Amino acid sequence: MTHSRSRGAGFRMSRRQLMAGIASISILASAGIPALAQDKPPTSEINTTGLAVTDDTVTVGILHSITGTMAISETGSVQAEKLAIEQINAMGGVLGRKIEYIQEDGASDWPTFAEKAKKLLVQDKVASVFGCWTSASRKAVLPVFEQYNGMLYYPTFYEGLEESPNVIYTGQEATQQIIAGIDWVAKEKGAKTFYLLGSDYIWPRTSNKIARKHIEKLGLEVVGEEYYPLGHTQFNSVINKIRLKKPDVIYAIVVGGSNVAFYKQLKAAGIDMTKEKPLLLTISVTEDEIRGIGGENIEGAYAAMKYFQSLDNENNKEFVSEFKKMWGDDMVIGDVTQAAYLGPWLWKAAVEKAGSFDIDKVREASPDIELDTAPEGYVKIHPNHHLWSKTRIGHAMPDGQYEVVYETEELMEPDPFPEGYQ
Amino acid sequence: MNAMSNPFFTRSGWLYLAILAAILLVVFPLALDPFRLNLVGKYLTYAFVALGLVLCWGHGGILSLGQGVFFGLGGYCMAMFLKLEASSPENTAIQSTPGIPDFMDWNQVTALPWWWEPFRSLPFALFAVIAVPVIFAFIIGFAMFTRRVGGVYFAIITQAVAAILTILIIGQQGYTGGVNGITDLRTLLGWDIRTNDAKTILYFVCAGLLIASLLLSQAVHVSKFGRLLIAIRDKEDRVRFSGYNVAAFKIFVFCFAAALAAIGGAMFTLQVGFMSPSFVGIVPSIEMVIFAAVGGRLSLFGAIYGTLLVNYAKTSFSESFPELWLFAMGGLFIAVVMAFPDGIAGLYNRYLAPHIARLLGTMRKRDAEGHSLANPAE
Repeated sequence: MTHSRSRGAGFRMSRRQLMAGIASISILASAGIPALAQDKPPTSEINTTGLAVTDDTVTVGILHSITGTMAISETGSVQAEKLAIEQINAMGGVLGRKIEYIQEDGASDWPTFAEKAKKLLVQDKVASVFGCWTSASRKAVLPVFEQYNGMLYYPTFYEGLEESPNVIYTGQEATQQIIAGIDWVAKEKGAKTFYLLGSDYIWPRTSNKIARKHIEKLGLEVVGEEYYPLGHTQFNSVINKIRLKKPDVIYAIVVGGSNVAFYKQLKAAGIDMTKEKPLLLTISVTEDEIRGIGGENIEGAYAAMKYFQSLDNENNKEFVSEFKKMWGDDMVIGDVTQAAYLGPWLWKAAVEKAGSFDIDKVREASPDIELDTAPEGYVKIHPNHHLWSKTRIGHAMPDGQYEVVYETEELMEPDPFPEGYQ
Repeated sequence: MNAMSNPFFTRSGWLYLAILAAILLVVFPLALDPFRLNLVGKYLTYAFVALGLVLCWGHGGILSLGQGVFFGLGGYCMAMFLKLEASSPENTAIQSTPGIPDFMDWNQVTALPWWWEPFRSLPFALFAVIAVPVIFAFIIGFAMFTRRVGGVYFAIITQAVAAILTILIIGQQGYTGGVNGITDLRTLLGWDIRTNDAKTILYFVCAGLLIASLLLSQAVHVSKFGRLLIAIRDKEDRVRFSGYNVAAFKIFVFCFAAALAAIGGAMFTLQVGFMSPSFVGIVPSIEMVIFAAVGGRLSLFGAIYGTLLVNYAKTSFSESFPELWLFAMGGLFIAVVMAFPDGIAGLYNRYLAPHIARLLGTMRKRDAEGHSLANPAE
């Protein structure tokens, strides 16, 4: 990371771009020249609050855990954000400024997240931050972002019940993931009874609360609900209860390392998910987690989320191949990784719409920002700072990928404070 | 040496105190911007724990790997008060049940539990910051020391307590905030603790309390009790056969260390703005022992400098090498333990202290050993 300090660089750069533009894409030149000429508004106009913006660069922050227990989950998000930043820079940056990033390690430790968030905002004056993964880390940095008026792009699907003016939530909130999934198993699979289980913290508990309300609304029945501490590895007793109650659907929101034990023990206990008796529906297992679980151990399960690596569209094919080119062929891409990839792009679109890097102007410009180049298809920012997105059902294959078997026709409206579900 | 009464500080001891006070109260506030000063304030809260460990472990020979428990309890008591103040019905109007902390609302708790009620009062909360951890330490100490459980077994039990308390806090998330902890603390009796001015004031309060704690620890150390403590560490049976109630002394020093840790925890909550179970568990507890070890487990001053150094290294390594910093920290700890078992204070006493003492006009070896490092067994 080097900061270019030379004064006249802005002008030279734009002239060079102009020459290159004329030479290489002469057909588009008539459209290209005015666009490029406008590319460089003076720094004083587009940055009135003292953010780290120079005539050539704009500095952003990346704040994820790259050490500690969460590193395995958050690495994908870091990679996706870096890919997006690189691609944006290759296209000429944002308002003619190249994006530079300062990466900080949250170390899977919530106070460290708060400390580093503060450092990024107060000391580095970054124009936006892409980061956080767990709800706990988001809750820890939230007061910091609100106090110092920063902008956080948060990628993870989460429990909702939050709507901060300083956060754009690029993952789905709970109702988006849950309602479509339960409707689908009720309608397509004729499910009548559900067994809810999850890891014991806020996201699974809130999600299951919404799931239970929705199941009861549909006139169906919940026959069991249980929680286990994070890191729990003994699921035999719940598996026995499941065998006793014979639910149509096991609704599983097990998180992190516990997944490996849970799915292996389920298989060892003779519950063959490919027979769908019971059927297993999860909202917590992405392709990333399957790498740990092993494709053969989860074959036949269904997952409800907004993105799967196998999604068949041009945007996604391009994204997957670029991602693998940058980070290696053995990479898999899960829902959160894709949502993290959207962050820099949504920020770029908002900055360009606002014509300014100022946080307040970016926030004002954010609602109704659309992105039709998203790998998941089309997304749009709702005034509540969450994304309109489709929900899809994936069917787990033995090779560790999901096959998409269903997607909602309409975009699901994000509803972080769902009436009647609380 | 036992025949002589110990002066409170030797001459060089007073000099060290003056230097420390100058660094904490003058140099840091002048040299650092509010963000860095607040970070130093955060480091200093760990120094309270390290001071307690010097007495408890360095002098008393009681290795506790569960000091995070007391740090956490003190911090939680403070956080409960601040959270209740931040959860006024106006601030929490969007919740299903306004007026209770937000995490309770997320967990379908509809009324404030009875044991939260007293924490609406600041005097009670301040009392609880000290009393809860001390009572807890007394129970553990009483159960262990009267049964003559010591050494490694005691260390293992303190670890178990740390693990149990973490699981308890995480499991009872409706009442404790779970993994997220108690976040978004805003005001203390209407005074916004998030502004730079407030953080600077809190820094001075923290530094002042730390120096007061250092003096108190020194008072304990130079008293007859302090000498008995070292005697217990080196020959417990001999002290017992001389007619002393060894268990009572051990319980006292353990409770004293717990109280110091609790003050640190409460100051942490005030300065950082939240409390979470990640300070209660095994890993932070061991880290706190490392702070004391790096500083020198026999030296009260060393403990403070050690804490500052390790935390500063942690912050700057992780800012400069986000992907490698843990290795650098690991390397530092191994180097300290292998090469300088007495930590910074040990190095200082070996190479620098004799010259300083000579400058101060005393050639006596006793004085050169400084403010209390003399280990009678050696």
